[in-house]
Amino acid sequence: MSLDAATVRRIAKLARIRVNEEEVSTLQNELNAILGYVEQLGEVNVEGVEPLSGGAQMALRQREDKLTDGDMAEKILANAPDRIENFFAVPKVVE
Amino acid sequence: MAYSLEGRTGAWEVVVGLEVHAQVISESKLFSGASATYGGAPNAHVSFIDAGFPGMLPVINKECVAQAVRTGLGLRAQINLFSRFDRKNYFYADLPQGYQISQFAHPIVGKGNVEIELQDGTIKHIGITRLHLEQDAGKSMHDQHPSKSVIDLNRAGVGLMEIVSEPDIRSPEEAGAYLRKIRQIVRYLGTCDGNMEEGSMRADVNVSVRKPGEEFRTRCEIKNVNSIRFVMHAVEAEALRQIEVWESGGEVVQETRLYDPSKGETRSMRSKEDAHDYRYFPEPDLLPLLLEQSWVDELKAKLPELPDEKRARFCREYGIPFYDAGVLVAEQATADFYETLAKGRDGKLAANWVTGDFFAAMNRTGKNIENPPVTVEALGQLLDLLADKTINGRIAKDVFEEMVETGKMPAAIVEEKGLKQVTDTGAIDAAVAKVLADNADKVAEYKSGKDKLFGFFVGQVMKAMQGKGNPALVNEAVKTQLG
Repeated sequence: MSLDAATVRRIAKLARIRVNEEEVSTLQNELNAILGYVEQLGEVNVEGVEPLSGGAQMALRQREDKLTDGDMAEKILANAPDRIENFFAVPKVVE
Repeated sequence: MAYSLEGRTGAWEVVVGLEVHAQVISESKLFSGASATYGGAPNAHVSFIDAGFPGMLPVINKECVAQAVRTGLGLRAQINLFSRFDRKNYFYADLPQGYQISQFAHPIVGKGNVEIELQDGTIKHIGITRLHLEQDAGKSMHDQHPSKSVIDLNRAGVGLMEIVSEPDIRSPEEAGAYLRKIRQIVRYLGTCDGNMEEGSMRADVNVSVRKPGEEFRTRCEIKNVNSIRFVMHAVEAEALRQIEVWESGGEVVQETRLYDPSKGETRSMRSKEDAHDYRYFPEPDLLPLLLEQSWVDELKAKLPELPDEKRARFCREYGIPFYDAGVLVAEQATADFYETLAKGRDGKLAANWVTGDFFAAMNRTGKNIENPPVTVEALGQLLDLLADKTINGRIAKDVFEEMVETGKMPAAIVEEKGLKQVTDTGAIDAAVAKVLADNADKVAEYKSGKDKLFGFFVGQVMKAMQGKGNPALVNEAVKTQLG
């Protein structure tokens, strides 16, 4: 598997990371090297082996449906770059 | 007649699949302990988890899982004892985590089906592809400020059930009937309030068109349509647009569109260009969700009676027509009202009163079934007065109107106004004799063959008795005296 330059640009766009044109070929090489490394896993025969869902073989813990959190708008908004009253404010999103 | 749209090149068939997003009824959110209640002061129902703060871990709400399973059972669907959560990645201002925790490869509910009934009485099955659990996003408002959008995260992280249908729907009518059915089922189950105005139920509509007999063509997705009527309009508007594209030699491209109800048309959402590249991957913060069959069975045993079963039972137990039963079970509260009324009484009579005078009074007075124009006890007493022949049917209508107006019990009204039916044959005979004597000319006409005058005599007698005569006895007496 190998990524072309267009795919690198697309991945960057989807991740909202600005990539200069001169960086594309470097990134392409680095990403391909990473993918090549990971592809070594393909050499292992996993026929009949159940996928591992986590380090600990536990079931998902479930909590009771109780109100235990919230009512702290000030703390939630404390790091907001911009706010209007108790709303987050962001550049206008136009449909 | 199957629905089709006529283009320049002949008839087109419309193919529709719906994704319904139904907000789970629960106290707290899917993965946090903040309130899942609608409304609240801006950002008051928000925990650090919902706001996507670093280092916070989601813990699943057991009740949300139970609600999804109940809904799955109500959709006669496969419950998957193994399911798993995935991250659906996209950027939007009201999605603070930068991803939505959803279920992609292993949903909690698999294939099922629902029955819809069309205007002409035909029953059709619509397949359910799946139901999965996911987080709702926050709410953006764009009209509060000239250059900014404002975000409220109260809804962010509330549990959502996405119910995906098979592309089995073939007309706006079927789309409407399907949505009403889903709404009815979740409301009966108490798993979602079905309130489309407040956005607790919304639909994404997938539409394509094809010539009869063809394979499916490319579809477009119309996002977030928030009323049943708009869904029906959007299906037709989008189908007509696609037919125009195909017939002018163009090609429909798969895209996300928006329905604009004020213009009655759909338009492309440029912002969603990359929307289908979600780069799903398994949610590393959550282990797979494993359910016990015994727990699912327990939930199943406690399910309420669903609308289809209730409708069939009403027909069977109360001997009412299938159509009337459908009207009565549309809302659970109406069904309960009817059943309380019909228990131990004439089921057909009860159904006629509920769907007739009672519904009319409800509409007229702007009341609803939770706050009815007359109580079920009062209406029951009225039916009893009819059954034991204390009053006749015509008087009952007047008494009912009086009940709506004054809130008094029918027995009190009958007593007060002296509306008791007259069954004293002496009094009836006297009234009949007087009417016949006063209308000697008509009697002569009747005897010479004008049979229709019989009704006139009965009417006159009833009038003379202020409507209180027992209709059967009056008929009998008129017949006898006319010889």
